[in-house]
Amino acid sequence: MKSPYPTWFFIPAGVFYLVLFLVPTIASFYFSLTRWTLFSVEFIGFDNFVRFFQEPQLVQGFINTFIYAFLTSGAKVVLGLLLGVFLSSQIIARGFLRSVVFFPVLVSVIGVGILFKVLMDPFDGPINEGLAAIGIDGPGWYTDPSLALVSVAIVDIWAGVGLATLIYIAGMVAIPQEYFEASKVDGASAWSTFRHITLPLLRPATVTVVLLSLIGGLRRFDLIWTMTGGGPGFSSDVLASVVYKQYQAGFFGLSTAGNVVLFVVVAAIIFPLSWWLNRKEDER
Amino acid sequence: MRNTVWRWGAGSVAILVTVVVFVVPFAFIVFTAGKTQAEAAALQFTWPTEWVIWDNIVTVLQNRDFLLVRAFVNSTVLTVSAVAIMVVLGAMVGYVLQRRKSRWNPVVNAFVLAGLIIPPAVVPTIWVLQGIELFKSIPGLIAVHVAFGLSFCILLFRAFVATIPRELDEAAIIDGAGPIKLFFRVVFPLLRSVIVTVIVVQSVAVFNDFAYALYFAPGDENATVQLTTFNYISQAVTADNLLFANVLIITIPPLIMYVFFQRQIVAGMTSGAVKG
Repeated sequence: MKSPYPTWFFIPAGVFYLVLFLVPTIASFYFSLTRWTLFSVEFIGFDNFVRFFQEPQLVQGFINTFIYAFLTSGAKVVLGLLLGVFLSSQIIARGFLRSVVFFPVLVSVIGVGILFKVLMDPFDGPINEGLAAIGIDGPGWYTDPSLALVSVAIVDIWAGVGLATLIYIAGMVAIPQEYFEASKVDGASAWSTFRHITLPLLRPATVTVVLLSLIGGLRRFDLIWTMTGGGPGFSSDVLASVVYKQYQAGFFGLSTAGNVVLFVVVAAIIFPLSWWLNRKEDER
Repeated sequence: MRNTVWRWGAGSVAILVTVVVFVVPFAFIVFTAGKTQAEAAALQFTWPTEWVIWDNIVTVLQNRDFLLVRAFVNSTVLTVSAVAIMVVLGAMVGYVLQRRKSRWNPVVNAFVLAGLIIPPAVVPTIWVLQGIELFKSIPGLIAVHVAFGLSFCILLFRAFVATIPRELDEAAIIDGAGPIKLFFRVVFPLLRSVIVTVIVVQSVAVFNDFAYALYFAPGDENATVQLTTFNYISQAVTADNLLFANVLIITIPPLIMYVFFQRQIVAGMTSGAVKG
């Protein structure tokens, strides 16, 4: 008898996936070893990768990718956790606060980028004017090379913390109230309740936030491109923006090599990390 | 007693902080969009002396031969088509993947996971799109969004199908339903709540996408609203009022989505995220 769950149901989706994801991904390994203009292909071995790790600005982009991803991810975990726990407690205007914190998640990156480019304007932007009003000399946010990457990361955190918060709120809802009642009966302090009950039981939420924000952070391109274009100089370049710049300049082979490096970086971090995080969970 | 202090005290502080950190920036968009060009250039967080928001919106829409209007049409076509295809195909895969234990399952699962994690190889994708003559076209961009977004949809659908009792399938089969009828007439309608979730989450994602449009659909002809707005930056350096009017307009569709589907967005983002 034929199964009522036909395997051919995989095929339509598989075609899209195969043609536009799998084929390009596999092809990228070949093209990264070539000098490529889309019209002509010349095999040059590992030259692209050698060049990639010899040019200081490309190496800078490589390092920046890690700084950016770990900075945004770490902040989203910590702030998301605090906000999630806080917005799960009995306070006034809880619904309003949740909506407001979540709202930036819905605004497009272009919108957020344009907004903060103006707000963070070093000369007469409202942020620095506000700081000046309380006697602080505001820095040149995205115009100072040592600060540009961090500025973009701050905006990323501002825009993305709502999602992390939401995941933590969902995690809080999943914790049975009895645990909190029991710790109250036992006379536990707020801190030890948080330390020994809330935090361990929020572990699945933490795993999700860490993985999501790391994947997002390592691959980030749009916000950086809108706010700084990788500048000033190459100070806020990351792998994804290097890939785009090389593509724009017509170095398709080099651009694809950058993509392969990104691929390897993401895979090398995310796969072991998710395996490790999930294995720890099973041991409990 | 302590609870009341916390409830009102901490709540008030939180309201104050969120207003400064989150509400003020959005108010800034609205205020600037309502100002005249000269006033907006001062970049100040002030109430506009004269509200010209409607004039600004009309100007932005008419600008460059109604480019933004055309971009809105493009973005709408893109979002509706890509999300519709993702929902149907993603549901089909999620359903069979959950129901049928076959030796293909581990392979499909691995691909789904890879699709979620691995960054797409952009230039080779352009190369493929050129090969099938879909580069710089809306259908090409739709196909790209479907290919890159399917994994997430499949995960959501697979998790949800597990909650539908198998007995329903069996009853339908006894009544003589074939695989296609079983899926589209019996199972698919039961997936309604997760379908709404996928539609909302993916529409916001596709509508707000910038990077894929930049790579795969350059040029004014097929520009989406995000791309048009980005290109506007270089042209409207001194017209912040128009720039912000533009940002305001392109934020409205996701905002409407949010107002109508707030519960589903929240449910979808969390369930999708926690599963993913």
